[in-house]
Formats: sequence, C-alpha cells, structure tokens
Amino acid sequence: MADLEIKDLTVQVEDKVILKGANLTLSKGEVHALMGPNGSGKSTLANVLMGNPFYQVVKGEVLYKGQDLLAMSPDERARRGLFIAFQYPVSIPGVTMSSFLRTAVSARRGYDKELMPVGEFQKLLKQKMDELKIEPAIVSRYVNEGFSGGEKKRAEILQMAMLEPEIAIMDETDSGLDIDSVKVVSDGVNRMLERAKGTMGILLITHYSRILHFIKPSYVHVMFDGRFVVSGGPDLAEELEQSGYEGIKAQFEVIAAEVQAEGAVRRAGKVFWVEH
Amino acid sequence: MAVTNQLGIDPDKYKWGFHDPEKYVYKSRKGLDREIVEMISSMKNEPEWMRAYRLHSLEHFQQRPMPVWGANLAQIDFNDIYYYLKPTEKKERSWDEVPENIKNTFEKLGIPEAERKFLAGAGAQYESESVYHNLKEEWEKLGVIFLDTDSALREHPDIVREYFGTVVPPEDNKLAALNSAVWSGGSFVYVPAGVHVDIPLQAYFRINAQNMGQFERTLIICEPGSYVHYVEGCTAPIYTTDSLHSAVVEIIVKEGARCRYTTIQNWSTNTYNLVTKRAVAYRDATMEWIDGNLGSKITMKYPSVYMVEPGAKAEILSVAFAGRGQHQDPGGKVIHAAPHTQSVIVSKSIAKDGGRAGYRGLVKIYSGANGSKSAVRCDALILDDQSRSDTYPTMEIDEQDVSITHEATVSKVSDEQLFYLMSRGVKADEAMNMIVRGFVEPIVKELPLEYAVELNRLIALEMEGSVG
Ligand SMILES: Nc1ncnc2c1ncn2[C@@H]1O[C@H](COP(=O)(O)OP(=O)(O)O)[C@@H](O)[C@H]1O
Ligand SMILES: [Mg+2]
Repeated sequence: MADLEIKDLTVQVEDKVILKGANLTLSKGEVHALMGPNGSGKSTLANVLMGNPFYQVVKGEVLYKGQDLLAMSPDERARRGLFIAFQYPVSIPGVTMSSFLRTAVSARRGYDKELMPVGEFQKLLKQKMDELKIEPAIVSRYVNEGFSGGEKKRAEILQMAMLEPEIAIMDETDSGLDIDSVKVVSDGVNRMLERAKGTMGILLITHYSRILHFIKPSYVHVMFDGRFVVSGGPDLAEELEQSGYEGIKAQFEVIAAEVQAEGAVRRAGKVFWVEH
Repeated sequence: MAVTNQLGIDPDKYKWGFHDPEKYVYKSRKGLDREIVEMISSMKNEPEWMRAYRLHSLEHFQQRPMPVWGANLAQIDFNDIYYYLKPTEKKERSWDEVPENIKNTFEKLGIPEAERKFLAGAGAQYESESVYHNLKEEWEKLGVIFLDTDSALREHPDIVREYFGTVVPPEDNKLAALNSAVWSGGSFVYVPAGVHVDIPLQAYFRINAQNMGQFERTLIICEPGSYVHYVEGCTAPIYTTDSLHSAVVEIIVKEGARCRYTTIQNWSTNTYNLVTKRAVAYRDATMEWIDGNLGSKITMKYPSVYMVEPGAKAEILSVAFAGRGQHQDPGGKVIHAAPHTQSVIVSKSIAKDGGRAGYRGLVKIYSGANGSKSAVRCDALILDDQSRSDTYPTMEIDEQDVSITHEATVSKVSDEQLFYLMSRGVKADEAMNMIVRGFVEPIVKELPLEYAVELNRLIALEMEGSVG
C-alpha cells in the first residue's frame, strides 16, 4: 500500500471543475515530479491535499497511510507528517517567524500544552538556517511580511526542514529563485532526503525542468486540464524540456477526441487518459 | 498551570472571580448628596479648599445631563452606588505591615513570594484607598514623589493645589464632575526638573466591594527635562451587579519633558469604565498614552493631549477587545494649539461574539499651528458576523500649512491566514489566537515585558472557545 493514494479526485471552486479525476500514488522514499502548464490544476491538487477549505472535493478519495485524508483537518494532516511548501505563502502580520516556527515544530513533535524547550528549539533552528544559508535576521521578522519572492520560498523550505515531514509537496518552490538559490534549496532538500533514509517522500511541482537537474525524481507526471495525462521516468522531463507542453497538448487532444468518439479508456505511447 | 507575572494575575483564577469577605472599617451608605460629600471630605481631614471644590463639583454633576453621544449609559443608577469605603484606619508603609486579609488577596492573585520585592516599589490601591505604598529609596533621593493622591494632599498640599483640576476641570464633563466630587485614591507623581526615572512607576489596584464605585484621581507633574513612565494595570473580580469606575487622570508635561502612561485594564464584564485622561504638553515635551482595554461592560475612554507650545508631541496607542455584551468605545484626542506640534494615534480594536469595538477620535489643529503633523491609523479586526466595529474620526483643521494622514481598516480574520497556520500543525483556536496577537503586536511591543505577557494572556483568555 502506498503512503499517499489519490483516487479519481474531482475538485471544484465555486461552479468550476478544476481537477477532473486525478489519480496518483506516492510512497515515502520516492520523489515524484509534477509538471504541467499554468492553470492545469497543480496548485489546486496541492491545496486540496493539505485541506484548504476554499476547494470543494466533489468526488474521489485520498488515503494517507491507509486513512481517509480528506476527513482530517489541515492541522491534523500536518501533525501526521504532511507538508506543503506553498507557491504563494500568505503573510501573518505581527507574528514573528521564530514564534510561529516554535509553535509549529512543537505541534508536529506532539507537545500539547507547552512548547518545545526554547534552547532545543534555538539549536535546531540555527542548524537548519545554516544549512539553508538563510539570514538569521529573517526569524525576527513577521511571517512572510514584506519578504521578497525568494525569501518567501526559502522560508517555506526552512519550515519544511524544521517540521521533518513524511510526505512533502513543494509547489513551484523554484520559480522566482535565481540559479544559485535553486542550488542552495535543492542541496537542502537532498540533505533532508538523505537524512530521512527513505522515510520522506516528495511531490515536486514545477513548471520548468530546471530544478530536476538538482533534485532527481524517480517519476515524472504531467498534468493537463485537471488530469494526469503522462507519467514516466526522469527522461520525460528532458523530453518536455525539448518539446514544451505543445507536443503533449497535441497528443492529448487526439486522445481526447478518440475517447469522445468511442467512450473508451485509451492508451497511446506514454500518454494515457482514463475516462470517468 | 498557574503562571503569574509581576502583576500577579492568574487568569485561571480570574476566570471564576473571587472576593474577600468585606471587612471595612467604614462603609458609607449608598447614593450621593451634599452630606455624603461633606462626610468624605471630613473623614479624610481635607483642607477647606478641597471640601469646597468637591461641593462645587457635586453641584455641577447634578445639573449636567448624561452624555448621549456615545455608548448607552442609561442603566447606570448613581443612587445605587457606595461612594466611599475605607479598608483600614492607617496607611501601610512596608509589606510587613500590610494586613493579613489584604495579603491574602494578593496571594489569591497569585503574586509569588519572589515578586513581592518588585511590588514593594509600587503603590497598590486596594478598594478606594491605598493601603500599601512604598517608595523606592532611589526615587526619594531624586526628589521624586510617588504617593496616593490623598496622602499627597496631606503631605504636599501646595503642589496638589497648584495643579489639581487644572487639566480636567469639574465642568469638563458629567463624569469628571462626579470624580471631582467623590474622588478617593489614585496616584500622585511629581518628577523634578531633569530627573529621569528609569524604572516604571507601577500602580496596581482592583475593585472588590460589590456595587462600589471607584473614583481614583491621578495627577502627574513632569518638570522640565524630566522623564517618567507610569504604569497601571488592574483587574476586577466578576460580580453580577453593575459597577462603576470613573477615574480622572491629569498630566502636566513641561518643557522638554517626556511622560509615558501605560494602562492595561481588564474590568469584569459588568463594569462601566468611564475615564477622563488628559495631558498638557509644553514646548518640545512628549506625552505618550498606551491604553489596553479588555473586559468591562462599557468603556468610554479618549486619552487626550493638548499641545500648547511649539514642538510638543503626542502619541496615543490603544487596543480594545470587546466580547459578548461588551461595548468598547476607546479612542484619542490630539489638540494642536501651537506651531510644529506632532501627533500619532494608533488604535487597534477587536470584536467577537457580538461585541462592539471601535475608535472615536479627534484631531484638532488650531489656526496658527503651522507646520504641525498628525497621523491617525485605526484598524479593526472582526472575528465573526455578529460583531461590529464603528469608527468616528473627527478632524477639525483650521490651518493650511499642516500634514495630516488618516488610515482606517476593518478586516476579518482571513481563511487563507488560518489555513496557512493550520497547515503547519497549529490547531484552529491557536491559529486564531496567533492572528489576533499579531494584530495587536504593534502596541504590545511598546509595553514593559510583564505587561506584554499579561495582555497576551488576557487576549488568549478572551479568545477561548472562539473557534468551534
Ligand atoms: N482560488 C481560486 N479562485 C478561482 N479560481 C481558481 C483558484 N485557484 C485556482 N483556480 C483556477 O483553477 C485552475 C487551476 O489553477 P491552479 O491549480 O493554480 O493551476 P497551476 O498550479 O497548475 O497553475 C485555473 O483555471 C485557476 O484559474
Ligand atoms: Mg500553481
């Protein structure tokens, strides 16, 4: 049994269906890349997995370690080891990064009434900041308030490092980062993977294949119009880099037309689409 | 878990309310007339001028109608209140002399042994009158006077007479008149020229007797070039009948002096808290009011600063939290009556469970106060659909050459923010708490540490059960 099983997930916002039956399985120890053009539903998937109340699940299920993930509150999901590095993190005025991080790490580590001892927390924080080459000053600033795009992304990865998730979703962490920063972040993530020794899995959402040169995925999936349309090995990312999404789009349209006509489940080359 | 701080407030205990058996040496009858006022004055052995002042104020109080422009005060029955209580016959000077039952109350408030030393530097008002007043030796050496106002009237009658009622005259408003007639206790602070008082002067007091009005009178005089930070925090046990608190605070900040006055008030939810606080700032002087209002049934409080000479500065920071059945009507007034004066008002209000919290303010710039600057910012945070926020900013600007900014925001806690915090494992109620704490942080960070901790704890307490 995989640690994360997404089955026929259908999601809408207001009246608009965004995810149209998504299927994916992911286990600890694996790195899956999720690619796809803008607006295909990648962030929607990430948010739904974390329990963002804005999105309504109309069909399908998600099992996390065999349990009904969609029935859990977002905080419960987080305490059980799910994490998302947001594409657009929101700011929380007046709450310092350090007090936020201490509250979050305490929650993740099962402290109930009191917080994790401050000394232990500071030590952990310093270690992670050093590894991710993050300016110490950031922790006395308010959460994401006035952060540059790059600072926000690094702050998300700092949170990921502090919380030591079992399944982490990284939503376009690389976009908006210069190449040096992509490298620092990737080194950090690779270190987390190494340390976790197979106890952490990652769903790496990215628009470009750039970051995949640094964090090597074992699987690559492409999402298009709310569905996973292509899955393959690392070479799929290379292929996409050459042909762009246009090639996929063309294949997708052919198959879609066939399904429309025949009402069947079709498979052609690497491209598949299951009708629902 | 009983966590306390220098203020000694244990919210777990506070929640339930408690009170000492009432053991008063003297307890006046309810109601207010000439006889009661005469009696108060003679019990206190006051000089003739104060007796006359009280009687004059009483007359004004009786003639003046209730203010109707703000919160609803119609339920206050002035005849159903004790106007004076005296807990013990003589003044206490050191901790050892403090009567046992009063120590017990401090005990109940959770002030640990170790922190009594800290308290020894403070004047604490218990009931209508201070029983515990101990001046730090260093302050005495510097010539600083820090007494309850009754003692100050006896020991420094000339200074009191010179300034008393000069900033807030009895004619100012009905409640100021009431206070002027029946005042008791409060703090008197005198800081000589050039003296900087490094440690905040702290007063701690609470109401105990049911239906007992508390009318303390505070007078602070900062001579030229001096500095003082006066801090008052108070808490009241929970009672079922209405209680009135109506204080007057007068502050004189002379040339180049700076005064900061910090209040954290958490009255029980049946208290009417109607306070007149006003300061006069002279040339290049700075007056800062920091005001935290929690609890109470109705709070009306608009700390004001009259900037009467060039270069005077005013800063007013206020936080108000209104829960079920509460109406917080705080604000601030700045009067620019001289050139190159500057003011800043920052107000943060939070309303939940059907409470009302808002801002009522005045910026007045007289003609001739050229080069003056004023910035007002009021933010309201509404935690649910039943609660409301009202903002009444008034500007009276009679001068062209000025710079004025006014910003007001009303916001709800956003689902996106809650989701973000929860996605890190933080439970819903704690996430809501964090957002509210963050909202008031710009003001909390101006507080002395123990008061900041206190305010955050009180807010957490108010927030309990706010998320389903
Ligand atoms: N909060 C939202 N409100 C309205 N529409 C949304 C919202 N989030 C996503 N969508 C819509 O859902 C579709 C998928 O968006 P998204 O999941 O952000 O895609 P991606 O991350 O792949 O770029 C888009 O058409 C987008 O406009
Ligand atoms: Mg996206």
